[in-house]
Amino acid sequence: MIHVLSMLVENHQGVLSRIAGLFSGRGYNLESITAGVTTDPQITRITLVCKGDDNVFDQIKKQLNKLIDVIKVNDLSPLPSLHRELALIKVRAKPNLRGEIFQVADVFRARVLDVGIDSMVLEVTGSSDKIDNFMAVLQPYVIREVARSGLISMERGRKQSSPPPQQRKGASEKLNEDFKITIA
Amino acid sequence: MKISGAELFIKALKAEGVKHLFGFPGGVVIPVFDALYAETEIKVILTRHEQGAVHAADGYARSTGKTGVCLVTSGPGATNTVTGIATANFDSVPIVCFTGQVSRSMIGNDAFQEADIVGITRPITKHNYLVLDRKDLGRILKEAFTIANSGRPGPVLVDLPKDVILEKGDDEYPAKVAIRGYNPVLKGHPNQIKRAVGELKKAKRPLFYVGGGIHIAGAVEIFRKAVKKTGVPVVHSLMGIGALPGDNPLALGMIGMHGTYVANMAVTYSDLLFGIGNRFDDRATGDLSKFAPEAKIVHIDQDPVSISRNVPVEVPIVGDAFQVLEQMLPLLEAPKIRDWLDQIAGWRKEHPLEVKIGQNTGSGHLRPDRVIQAICRVFPDAIIATEVGQNQMWTSQFFTFRHPRSLLTSGGLGTMGYGFPAAIGAQIANPDKRVIDIAGDGSIQMNIQELATAVQNRLPVIVAILNNGYLGMVRQWQELFFDRRYSSTCLMTGAECPPQCRGPGDHCPVYHPDFVKLAEAYGAVGLRVMNDADIEPALKQAEAIKDRPIFIDFLVEREFNVFPMVAPGAGNSEMMFSEEGES
Repeated sequence: MIHVLSMLVENHQGVLSRIAGLFSGRGYNLESITAGVTTDPQITRITLVCKGDDNVFDQIKKQLNKLIDVIKVNDLSPLPSLHRELALIKVRAKPNLRGEIFQVADVFRARVLDVGIDSMVLEVTGSSDKIDNFMAVLQPYVIREVARSGLISMERGRKQSSPPPQQRKGASEKLNEDFKITIA
Repeated sequence: MKISGAELFIKALKAEGVKHLFGFPGGVVIPVFDALYAETEIKVILTRHEQGAVHAADGYARSTGKTGVCLVTSGPGATNTVTGIATANFDSVPIVCFTGQVSRSMIGNDAFQEADIVGITRPITKHNYLVLDRKDLGRILKEAFTIANSGRPGPVLVDLPKDVILEKGDDEYPAKVAIRGYNPVLKGHPNQIKRAVGELKKAKRPLFYVGGGIHIAGAVEIFRKAVKKTGVPVVHSLMGIGALPGDNPLALGMIGMHGTYVANMAVTYSDLLFGIGNRFDDRATGDLSKFAPEAKIVHIDQDPVSISRNVPVEVPIVGDAFQVLEQMLPLLEAPKIRDWLDQIAGWRKEHPLEVKIGQNTGSGHLRPDRVIQAICRVFPDAIIATEVGQNQMWTSQFFTFRHPRSLLTSGGLGTMGYGFPAAIGAQIANPDKRVIDIAGDGSIQMNIQELATAVQNRLPVIVAILNNGYLGMVRQWQELFFDRRYSSTCLMTGAECPPQCRGPGDHCPVYHPDFVKLAEAYGAVGLRVMNDADIEPALKQAEAIKDRPIFIDFLVEREFNVFPMVAPGAGNSEMMFSEEGES
């Protein structure tokens, strides 16, 4: 089963390597991982997609929580949440086929980033499913290259898992409270 | 005031109450050793190999609960610590290991003696740091000591680039640090505690199963009270040895591969297994499908990762073993288990733990169980270190441990060469106790260079070598499961041997090294024991020596096996006992 974890981690060197190393070292299945800084420059958000049965996933969550640099692990799988992925797709496009490809792109709300003599680069955003579908439709035109970003996710609603910038200064004690990882 | 990184390092050690530092110098850490040169409060113990330094710090930490500290140089100095760090990590030992690193501008350039030690040790440390900014040094040092010896303890490595060591900066060493991603849960959840107490009270065949966590948490005394109050029998893992005195009637012994028959049967038929500070390791559980099949499992552990990993747990309690037991003790009630205790007494009679081998075949053929029992008689309160293999299992079986933190052994990683340097560290931490390393002739050679460390520091560590001329545990498996094909396990093998030898005989070449001469060459005392009658006199002779290490070369029966045994992959109740001819 596929699980999506949204994590807040210290923006330290080597954090990604700790997380990736945990997966490779313990034989867990890592589908995708993306990282970017949050409103607090000291905190990075990592969205991680992994595969495994409930026991394995339980271990993955515990092992991630155990890393000192990991502040919070949020399992988005059971929560109403938004998932998006970005893909850049380079497709073969002879002049006579450009119009057709434009139309397909339009249906998927993809943008044309570049047009060459016999190729185009399209940008598409959406669920991983949508991107899979888009690529399937483009397949007959011959896809030359694909770059996918991996999933980024966020829980719906007003709940906030990272602190707004003004709360940060001199409030590390408070922060600790907010971020206490509770273990069921 | 502006001080150098090295000076701040010394300040941190003092603030942490570090009295001993195990180390080995090298190019980039000369400035740190230079800062230690005139230091009177911190004694540097110079080992002969960096692995020895880490194991010594480990023995120091295990025997006391204090954090062990080591300092080595970059590159090979750092990579030599890897086995020691992995050993400490597996057994949750608090160590802070400082490694030198090339200057920041050189990192990544394949500079002389450069190694990415933070990358290398990431999966085998509790946490590690590369200090890239002098202004972070004080905080990182404090975090390292905090993390190493709190929650589930473990090794922390701090990599110090040479220019950070030299750079002048502020002298602040914080008294406290808050680490937002690190908040170990210490108290148990009250509802879970109530549930656990309720399960224990109504159980008909309950069993405590304790692991190393009970020593780490300092929970031995309170655990003994809980046992007294409930009358529930106790089994332990290798790391849990000493939680209950071995001669207590409720102590059933170790479970697992070389556990006692009574302990393994009790686990198999228990209806409530009450785990404390253990981790259901595969050497303890055997085939999981046959492990405690009828039992509900309660599990108290500091590390959530250990809970429900190998066996599903009905009542998980995350917390410090001491604090949870403290919460629990007033609530505990004694279950009615007369029948269960009778059943256990029956198992105990059926296969008591004794080696039935009768014939002492004469000179050069001692029985290891007798050697260990004699050590136990002469040194009942000693701290015992072991190497790994048969020597380790025989020690767990035949030495009656009565005190917490009295067994130093590499349980998880199974590191040969651990025991001797660990004994050195323990002897430094416990100058008034006797420290004995029970070794095999194979494993003692893995860190034998530390004999020089022990001699130079006048440490009366006793090394009892159970010398059978084999890598005994592997040879035992070859005998039992590989048709006696003794591939690369005979330490007597020489050029004149037949290529496919299946056992010892008169044709065997002379054994090397001669441990007596070797000890003497180092300035230690070397003794050799070949007859039963000489075992105890030799130990008494060693007892009288207080100013140097003593090697005792016990020539034991060459093909002697550790029994009982649960074959790999078998269930705990399916035990093998010593074979006919041998017994």
